[in-house]
Amino acid sequence: MAAAYFDGRATGVERQPPRLMLAEPILTMRGIARSYGDVRALAGVDATVYPGEVLGIVGESGSGKSTLLRMMNLEDTPDAGTYHLALPGHEDRNLFTLDRFERRMLRAHHIGIVYQNPHLGLLMNHTSSGNVAERLLIAGKRNFAELRERARESLDASEFPIERMDARPRELSGGMQQRVQLAKAIALEPAVLLLDEPTTGLDVSVQALVLDTLKRLQRDRRITMVLVSHDLGVIRTMADRVMVMRRGEVVEQGLADQIFQDPQHEYTQQLVHAKL
Amino acid sequence: MTLQKLTRPWTAFNYGFLDESAKRELRRRILKAIAVPGYQVPYASREVPIARGWGTGGLQVTLTLLKPTSVVKVIDQGADDSVNASSIRKFVGRVGGAVETEDTMEATIIQSRHRIPEEKLREDQILVLQVPNPEPLRPVQPDMSVAREMHGDADYGQLWLILYEQLVKAGRIMQGSSYPSMVNGRHVMTPSPIPRWDVPKLNQADHLTILSAGREKRIFAVPPYTSVEPLVFDDVPYRVEDHQDKTCYRSDVSGFFMNELPQDDGSSLYELSDSHFGVKNIQKSEGEAIEIGETWYKNGRVK
Repeated sequence: MAAAYFDGRATGVERQPPRLMLAEPILTMRGIARSYGDVRALAGVDATVYPGEVLGIVGESGSGKSTLLRMMNLEDTPDAGTYHLALPGHEDRNLFTLDRFERRMLRAHHIGIVYQNPHLGLLMNHTSSGNVAERLLIAGKRNFAELRERARESLDASEFPIERMDARPRELSGGMQQRVQLAKAIALEPAVLLLDEPTTGLDVSVQALVLDTLKRLQRDRRITMVLVSHDLGVIRTMADRVMVMRRGEVVEQGLADQIFQDPQHEYTQQLVHAKL
Repeated sequence: MTLQKLTRPWTAFNYGFLDESAKRELRRRILKAIAVPGYQVPYASREVPIARGWGTGGLQVTLTLLKPTSVVKVIDQGADDSVNASSIRKFVGRVGGAVETEDTMEATIIQSRHRIPEEKLREDQILVLQVPNPEPLRPVQPDMSVAREMHGDADYGQLWLILYEQLVKAGRIMQGSSYPSMVNGRHVMTPSPIPRWDVPKLNQADHLTILSAGREKRIFAVPPYTSVEPLVFDDVPYRVEDHQDKTCYRSDVSGFFMNELPQDDGSSLYELSDSHFGVKNIQKSEGEAIEIGETWYKNGRVK
């Protein structure tokens, strides 16, 4: 298992396996390639995520990190590559072969996502509790009292003020909107929670609050997370492991401490030192 | 140059007004709609001599189904004698030689806007409902191509969300008409702007219902003995309008859907919405030998 992780496509540098990696991976992507016209967004990327860990993906704008996250959320299909999620009771198959309906149901039940732009993740004209309830409704929940209670629980877990649970997201601040997105994403306890620049655009104090919430959720519920950010501070705060991307390729990956304290690749060194 | 030279000589119009190719198109679409209950089948809606939005979809279906032995009833919000209903009924009689009637039991084709008659329809009767907005997803998804994908995926979460939010805000479902209903466990349809009272009449009915939107160019159908289930939460039962205890001031009949007539003193009178059903009840109470058919409701409850 560790061998897959230590492929070290770019660096060839072997590192000590973290404790989490003794388990079977929950998410495995191999050889993901995607081009848009002449633009190569992803060039054969491998990614592995283990249960309960936070994988941070960093890189400059255009490095392919958000494209990779969209692949994980099955919003797009690569030109080449495979994607497997280890879900109990599910047939192990390449998820890119699923049709639109199967993808939608898989997303509804097993993948949560928080977008940088809340407009992508929320129905702005519906209530915050309704936004959370919608996810439960798609998954087939049809009991109003249960919907109400579970929406309240999820919003509460996301540290959203419950007295505002029936306010519309467009009436809320950016930080609150991200909390509603988070509540929606965790409502069904997803196998993987994808976070696409969840704190970008928020002021520093609100960023810290949102990150605190994410850390608490990760600690209390052992939610597996994939966090995409160009902010190394956010990645350093949150991630167990880090994957550094550049021009559609993974240039280095390893434990967060190793990446930040002893970056091997020249690009990672530039990135870390520029930030620090 | 005269206008006469520019136009073709006058000829008699086709039986049932529509040309045969138009009728063939409609019949094919109707068959498809029956084969896939609740699915909206697009069709080439023709011009008919009434304005779009005034029942052109229903009229085209009625004209297509028409034969010389047809007996046609047309109602508008329950009334047989409104201008729109009378005009359509007379037009159908004129172009198809069909017998016109106001009695639900006599009719073979019933074209209706916004109501289903109170007397139960039989297997040999066809109900044609005029539909202004056939797309139940329109309030949540204005892009029709996306809405069609949502139908394909049975992605109705946002329709449920509307009901959820009505319960949150008002403590009850506020959808008064066009109540979204699941047909045959697969497609959600809007059963035209009939009141909630009438939706249970479509469930496992003996008759065929064809719903047609002329302006929107869509036909869908509920075949006989097909389930039509309003979207309801497990713990919030479906409720029809509270007309159980209202009594018609003309016919003294109660337990049916009523029109409310506000009075100057602030009170209200009620009259049966199904006008000919009321007339029949009055005639019967006056001793005439009138046969009143079995009704869907008894004492304000679905039988």
